[in-house]
Amino acid sequence: MKVLTDLLGWVDDRLPVVKAYETHMSKYYAPKNFNFWYFFGVLAMVVLANQLLTGIWLTMSYEPSSDGAFASVEYIMRDVEWGWLLRYMHSTGASAFFVVIYLHMFRGLLYGSYQKPRELIWIFGMAIYLVLMAEGFFGYLLPWGNMSFWGAQVIVSLAGAIPVVGEGLALWVRGDFLISGITLNRFFALHVVALPIVLIALVVLHLLALHEVGSNNPDGVDIKKHKDKDGIPLDGVAFHPYYTTHDLVGIAVFLFVFCIVVFYFPEMGGYFIEHANFEPANGLKTPEHIAPVWYYTPFYAMLRAIPDKFGGLVVMGGAIAIMFVLPWLDRSPVKSIRYKGWMSKSFIVVFAICFVILGILGAIPATDGRTIIAQVCTFLYFAFFMLMPFYSKAEKTKPVPDRVTS
Amino acid sequence: MKNRLAVVIFLSLMSAMSWAAGGSVTLDHMKPNLADKASLQSGAKTYLNYCFGCHSTKYARYERIADDLQIPHELFMENLVFSDAKIGELMTIAMPEKSAKAWFGATPPDLTLVTRLRGVDWLYSYLKGFYQDDSRPWGVNNKIFPDVGMPHVLHELQGIQVKDCGESHGDEPCSDLKLVEGSGALSAEEYDQVAYDLVNFLHYMGDPSREYRESLGIKVLIFIFIFFIFTWFLNKEFWRDVH
Repeated sequence: MKVLTDLLGWVDDRLPVVKAYETHMSKYYAPKNFNFWYFFGVLAMVVLANQLLTGIWLTMSYEPSSDGAFASVEYIMRDVEWGWLLRYMHSTGASAFFVVIYLHMFRGLLYGSYQKPRELIWIFGMAIYLVLMAEGFFGYLLPWGNMSFWGAQVIVSLAGAIPVVGEGLALWVRGDFLISGITLNRFFALHVVALPIVLIALVVLHLLALHEVGSNNPDGVDIKKHKDKDGIPLDGVAFHPYYTTHDLVGIAVFLFVFCIVVFYFPEMGGYFIEHANFEPANGLKTPEHIAPVWYYTPFYAMLRAIPDKFGGLVVMGGAIAIMFVLPWLDRSPVKSIRYKGWMSKSFIVVFAICFVILGILGAIPATDGRTIIAQVCTFLYFAFFMLMPFYSKAEKTKPVPDRVTS
Repeated sequence: MKNRLAVVIFLSLMSAMSWAAGGSVTLDHMKPNLADKASLQSGAKTYLNYCFGCHSTKYARYERIADDLQIPHELFMENLVFSDAKIGELMTIAMPEKSAKAWFGATPPDLTLVTRLRGVDWLYSYLKGFYQDDSRPWGVNNKIFPDVGMPHVLHELQGIQVKDCGESHGDEPCSDLKLVEGSGALSAEEYDQVAYDLVNFLHYMGDPSREYRESLGIKVLIFIFIFFIFTWFLNKEFWRDVH
């Protein structure tokens, strides 16, 4: 035991490991009133770890070439020991990542977690979301199925709608005139090396920024206003052991649901692994219905809702860009939806409903009627953000309690 | 570039239209049963005797099938493998793709993943959907896959089906088929069983680890549930003093 203590002391004299442990774990005080919504941050970390580990092992058997990619995925499914489990954990993990991230982001919207002083946390989070979408897009090409091919073909061609530089840009991204083995190789490099490094760096920044200012909570009150004589917030509990044990419960529930999908519904009716992806990429045969994977469909629906292609691209980009400036759109004196007025409450409900409807519309073929619905939902999506400076300031808010409510 | 974009959009539109039109034929339902080893063995026999001449299953290996279907290796090699292939090899075929395309108008697709691509109901209906059509090169057409390039390979078992819609059908495309009595070696029920076993086998083929995966899944879920109970009480114990 003494040897271990000495070793720790030796290391700590040279690297502040004890200080880091205290800052981020044993003396990081988080509000004690976290609810259900606060599980999704730690769950995102669990899924990230899952994607990194299964991804590394998949890379050991995957072959990034147009001749070998599709067969190597089937090789993993059939001949590699536990390969099917690695592959299904990775493919299910991709969808699970977006499920938890969308819920995590919605939590931020509900309780005003993006408001001062947490603007940077929100911006790092949005950057993570953006990188995650790129990561998913590049990864989706790798199995080299027909939907991989045509999905990438359609999305990369979108760049061609940008005036002047568009066509050159699309060519530069593909490295070829059509999606080809060259594109596959560079997407592989981006998917397994470049973007994971960026992603991990952003997650570290997201957490450092969070631990600098402290966590928000469902009441949106500042727990640092009331401290005991030792300087510990009266409404705070140490992250370890209180929230580590608390989060374990959430992780167990999440793993239960995750494993139901992995072991019993890995294709999820064609939404997690699309049926058309079970035949190899074929530039001469378009799948019957090209739809992106479900986590992109809200934005895909917006793209299709605008008759002009470049206009659609601008709207789609704008829908994501506008979320970055959210901290400066909300002028409400209170953080949490609990104490905001009826306009904020109505708008957030309408926003959530529109986002889901857009997600459904983006997954099914467009008709005239559906396009009109998509246009209305796109309009309301933007109205939620663009009118926020007005309604969040004008509405009557409820008084915020001094301490957290339990 | 603009032209290529236009082609992509045009093709997508075309395919969206054919998607909309493709839903009119109702499929016969079949429920696969991976526990029925006799059915899978019978399906493997039909597959290797009738289909495998033209359709490869090049992502699968003979040995895995023999093991999963509980067929002794020797018996499997003697009765089901008609080439000099070794048991550990991938199930490729000798027919060159180019010649196949010249002979049939389209290369017969690899069938390893056909049930995952098209679904078991589609395949089952397809196998039962051939009917006599003298305008086609092989004298047969298929109600599920119109103008298919493939002959009715199981014709000696099933016999001949003809369209049977009567006069009052109007503009609706005719999709009712009638079997010509005594034209095949099997009765209608027996042929249905052959088709069922074949689809069941190809369903196994699409995801060979499925049966093991599902039997393992329940154990994993029980383990996680017990873990959940421990975390629940651990959490309760730690939070006892927080008010």
